[in-house]
Amino acid sequence: MVDKNTKVWESIYDIANKVNNSELKAVDNVNKSLTRINDLDGEYNAIVSLIKDRALSKAQEIDKKISEGKNAGRLAGVPFIAKDNFLTFGSESTASSNMLKGFKSPYQSTAIEKLEAEGAICVGKANLDAFAHGGSTENSDIKVTKNPHDTTRVPGGSSGGSAASTALQYTPFALGTDTGGSIRQPASFCGVVGLKPTYGLVSRSGVVAMASSTDVIGPLTNTVDDAALVLDVMAGPDTLDGTTIKRDTESYDNTKLTLKNKKIGVIKEYFNSDNDSEAQKIVNESINLLAKNGAVVEEVSLPTLKLALAVYYIIVPAELSSNLSRHDGQRYEYSERNFKTLEESYTKSRTVGFGEEAKRRIMIGTHVLSSGYYDAYYKKAQIVRTKIINEFNQVFKKYDCLVGPVTPSTAFKIGENVDNPLHMYMQDIMTVSSNLAGIPSISVPCGEVDNLPVGLQIICQQNKDSELLGIAKLFEDLNK
Amino acid sequence: MSDIKKYLVDGYIPTIGIECHVQLKTNTKLFAPVSNDAKGAEPNTLVSHICFGLPGALPVLNKEALKLSAKAAFALGTSPQKFSKFDRKHYFYPDLPKGYQISQFDEPIIIGGQIKVQNDDGTTKTINITRAHIEEDAGKSTHPANEAYSLVDLNRAGTPLLEIVSEPEMHNAKEAKAFAKELWLRMKYSGVSDVDLYHGNMRFDVNVSVSKNPEKMGIRSETKNLNSFKSVEKAVDYEINRQIKLLEKGDTVVQETRGWLDDKQKTVSQRSKEDAHDYRYFPDPDIPPILLTDEYIKDIEDNLPIMPSEWRSKLSHVGLDNQTIEILLESNVEFESDFLEMLINNKSNAKQFANWIVNIEVPLLRETIDEKKTIEINNNSRQKIYKSVDELYRANKLSSNNAKNLLTKLLRSEELPNNITDYAEKQGYIQISDTSDIEKAVEKVMADNPKAVEDIKKGELKVIGFLVGQVMKASKGKANPAMTQEIIRKKIK
Repeated sequence: MVDKNTKVWESIYDIANKVNNSELKAVDNVNKSLTRINDLDGEYNAIVSLIKDRALSKAQEIDKKISEGKNAGRLAGVPFIAKDNFLTFGSESTASSNMLKGFKSPYQSTAIEKLEAEGAICVGKANLDAFAHGGSTENSDIKVTKNPHDTTRVPGGSSGGSAASTALQYTPFALGTDTGGSIRQPASFCGVVGLKPTYGLVSRSGVVAMASSTDVIGPLTNTVDDAALVLDVMAGPDTLDGTTIKRDTESYDNTKLTLKNKKIGVIKEYFNSDNDSEAQKIVNESINLLAKNGAVVEEVSLPTLKLALAVYYIIVPAELSSNLSRHDGQRYEYSERNFKTLEESYTKSRTVGFGEEAKRRIMIGTHVLSSGYYDAYYKKAQIVRTKIINEFNQVFKKYDCLVGPVTPSTAFKIGENVDNPLHMYMQDIMTVSSNLAGIPSISVPCGEVDNLPVGLQIICQQNKDSELLGIAKLFEDLNK
Repeated sequence: MSDIKKYLVDGYIPTIGIECHVQLKTNTKLFAPVSNDAKGAEPNTLVSHICFGLPGALPVLNKEALKLSAKAAFALGTSPQKFSKFDRKHYFYPDLPKGYQISQFDEPIIIGGQIKVQNDDGTTKTINITRAHIEEDAGKSTHPANEAYSLVDLNRAGTPLLEIVSEPEMHNAKEAKAFAKELWLRMKYSGVSDVDLYHGNMRFDVNVSVSKNPEKMGIRSETKNLNSFKSVEKAVDYEINRQIKLLEKGDTVVQETRGWLDDKQKTVSQRSKEDAHDYRYFPDPDIPPILLTDEYIKDIEDNLPIMPSEWRSKLSHVGLDNQTIEILLESNVEFESDFLEMLINNKSNAKQFANWIVNIEVPLLRETIDEKKTIEINNNSRQKIYKSVDELYRANKLSSNNAKNLLTKLLRSEELPNNITDYAEKQGYIQISDTSDIEKAVEKVMADNPKAVEDIKKGELKVIGFLVGQVMKASKGKANPAMTQEIIRKKIK
């Protein structure tokens, strides 16, 4: 169980400072993480592989550098965990799928490279729904991760392993990916901070793609400051990703803001009778807290958001069906050896390598891109997507940020939604629109219902990540 | 429409459209910073995580490929589209690592355009271009005979191509060939491609149909991957005849893809339309759409190299005939030489220079390629060589043969002599035009050959040639033959 009163790690800023000042050793930090994972993870299944040797030798390098009087970077000696869809050295990178079981990547993702360049050390890989398809981590081909607050419940997903790891304080932070809510929803379920930055702010190079136009990379942390620092290290253009954008600010860290006269819109469409009423009450109290402290809070309606989930479940399967075509069993992935024809080799490799959810989504995606259906589904979905973007743009002319719940309820029971994919998809109803619009959003812990965490979602305009983090920080301080 | 009748073959009008894949002259691949020069490279050595389709690998557009494609628009008589985008074309094949090819579907970089084609008889015809789009090449599969495996080489995977599609406006094999050649010239002169046909830098697909009704085209076949002008011509002719024979027998033409067997000089069926895929094209979300600014487009237009059509008019201005011009243009492509510039700059000598280029320099260049040597002649030294030889020749100091010999020697020499006249003298190329010297030689030859002198006096004038030959021999080829003959005639009269 999570013991909130035991603080295992100081802030990332403090850890790095102490390592650089030789008050802490990087090697000790890595060992502390590895021991903690070893002690606890048998119960929670958050970790799919450890990067022990490489992490320790990296840590030694850092300690040596510091003993020579050099600075080892802004994240010196800070251990972290990456979702297993990040390609890393020193371990397999499987995206928790049978298809990529045993795959050792010859290159690392840009995000990991950037973190390593500032002295952070990846000590392990976190479980996810295979290929990030899901909202509970139950679709993992490896194992089911359990919620640190209640082991009969899911940690959310698809970054369930990353969220659980962070809640269990295995490391000061973990990396996740968010295609339709996959950072924010598990962060909300596990009671940690989950940041989905603006689309293109962090390079996707070296991260197993789900849907290219909505995938973003972000941190899961215990505080907003930590998230800001990690984003600050990762953000910026990358020659290996043509969709990356320039940063909007010199630093995402230490943003000074005041709530006074901040205009906050409460998204009407995210509050409805299907939501868990207790959780909704906590979100409402959080919003009132913002109002009490000087923010101007109003209800705002974005009517097209009702269509966001439908649009999402056309565009995302379309893109992922295409992105997953590369797994044909001919090179590095699962390859069925017993076949007579090329066609049979493809079919058998993909039948075994992909799980049920991947197959379901590939079929949907293939269908909506097929000749004769393209206009009715994919094209129409893109038109509605543009409409959603326009609605957000309109609203942001008036409001500094939007707020609402992250999910309809707190963490659900393991197995509860397994046989009901549609119900599972409904989990994403309050998160997907930010991905469709490419706008930054964050889930910040705001309370508990029956010992289960609830998150507040804050959403800002594109490239206003700094503003988003600033408001999130103000809320975090007020809610202490 | 009336003039379409001239194309009739046994009552059928053939119609031909051409698609051409042009390999863009970039250092690196279309979406990966990996060398593009697969010539002679070991299989799978020019491959990165992007070419190999590893998870997480993303395409990043090569800006040079985009620029060359924009340039190609002007070479095709139009300007590039301000907005274009990339799409994914899906199919499974082991030499296609991502399971899709990145191409441009409905909004390509080039829409429209036209090129004027030179027919062999000197007439011209304008062929319209439908579109041209950028796409990546696939890898290369080989299927060893009697083996239970196939091999894939991904060196070529991701090579940037521009696929140019013509309107079906050609009506015989000669026009198809002329179009292919003109496209080749334009891609070369614009600097878009190396146009090395042998290495597949340009590959032609010909769509051929025949119909009795000039208003309605017949069912077409597509013969793919032709890599020479000759095979374009032969394949079109073969298809026209094959289809007419089929129709005359009462059969129908099948819409299909065919291949050209060069050794058998025939086309064969490869796959029929029924196997056609649903490619599920959709905009590639990894590549932002391309937006070209007016400045970008203008900059390319302003810096465009001289195109073949402009060369034609310039070369014709200095007095060269069409046939020579075409030979010069093609040879210039083959050797990437600068001799066209020299011709333009030397109007009064252009005809002589062109003659020497076609008959001396070009064969020499070809020969040295066979010897696996390359001779490099820069524009300045070439001009010096040609001018000096021409001066000596005009001053009657060189026989026409020795002018060629001297030119060859100079073009081959590694270092240019300071004084070409001195050099020619030393090499013994300068002919004797001093009358007294020649007279002495003639007198000696006449004295040595009294019988011949007698014969000439009797009226057998052709024997004069024999005496001239003897004088030339005695002077080691240096005597001016015309003067020698004149002196002999005078002396015998």
